[in-house]
Amino acid sequence: MQMVIDSTVLSQFPYFSGLAAADLEIVRQSFFEKTVRRGEMIFMEGEPAESLYFLNSGVVKLFKTSAQGKEQIISLARPHEVLNDISVFDNGPSPVGAQAMTAVIIDGIKKDRLDAVLRQFPQVGARVIQGFAARTRQLIELVEDLSFRHVIGRVVKILLEHAGDGTGPGERLTQQEMAAMAGTAREVVARSLKALEERGLIRLDRHRIVIVDKRALQEAAEEAA
Amino acid sequence: MTQMPKIDPEQCNLCGLCIEVCKCGAIIIVQDKVTVIETEECHWCTICEAVCPTGALTCPFEIILEES
Repeated sequence: MQMVIDSTVLSQFPYFSGLAAADLEIVRQSFFEKTVRRGEMIFMEGEPAESLYFLNSGVVKLFKTSAQGKEQIISLARPHEVLNDISVFDNGPSPVGAQAMTAVIIDGIKKDRLDAVLRQFPQVGARVIQGFAARTRQLIELVEDLSFRHVIGRVVKILLEHAGDGTGPGERLTQQEMAAMAGTAREVVARSLKALEERGLIRLDRHRIVIVDKRALQEAAEEAA
Repeated sequence: MTQMPKIDPEQCNLCGLCIEVCKCGAIIIVQDKVTVIETEECHWCTICEAVCPTGALTCPFEIILEES
């Protein structure tokens, strides 16, 4: 049996916040709701989209899979976030796969119904554009961080500054703390650490970051500056 | 002793997301408190820390120099 979405929940989705109650009720009629079990795929990378999905509750992993089968998490979607607006609005294949990391409830609207909503409520279209503009800005900042390697250099400096001197363990830092120090996002720190490990400069040994080659790491910090 | 993720009970709002995402079953509720149990199955994926909405659960890294 198809579940019905609550209009209070609908008003918390970014595209529909600010709509009058009567308008929300009209939009609500076009939505459907479904539950997804933990571990189940919501959609696959490369699939076209038939409906626009919002996350109602739970956590969803958005990820890409490399040709070698290696998984890279792009982000973890939180409640009220949209999951697949890119492939809905450009009619292209989904750039990511989405998998439920917990029991999840998603709210969806089919593309033809979405088109009708956008025609009837142009303010929703404005919200969609604002959302894409904000995300584009974030991506540009991320590209700048990754392209110019400033972040890897800053992460390396943090590791060198906080490493134990060999006589005992150094300070303990979470990835979030490193990100705050480096002025970047947690996910970028995680990728930087992976990149340093692949280069053989550090080794990630469960809760330890082991600096394998201190001199090479110092050189890496200098070349990234 | 196996190093495990840390939980700050005062910041924890018992949302349970960490328990749901944990693949190794290291996080459980004991007497209405989220508790991390010691297990070598924990591979420090840090996803529990990533999903925690309050920052109550953390996976701090120890940074050390490899012994020559």
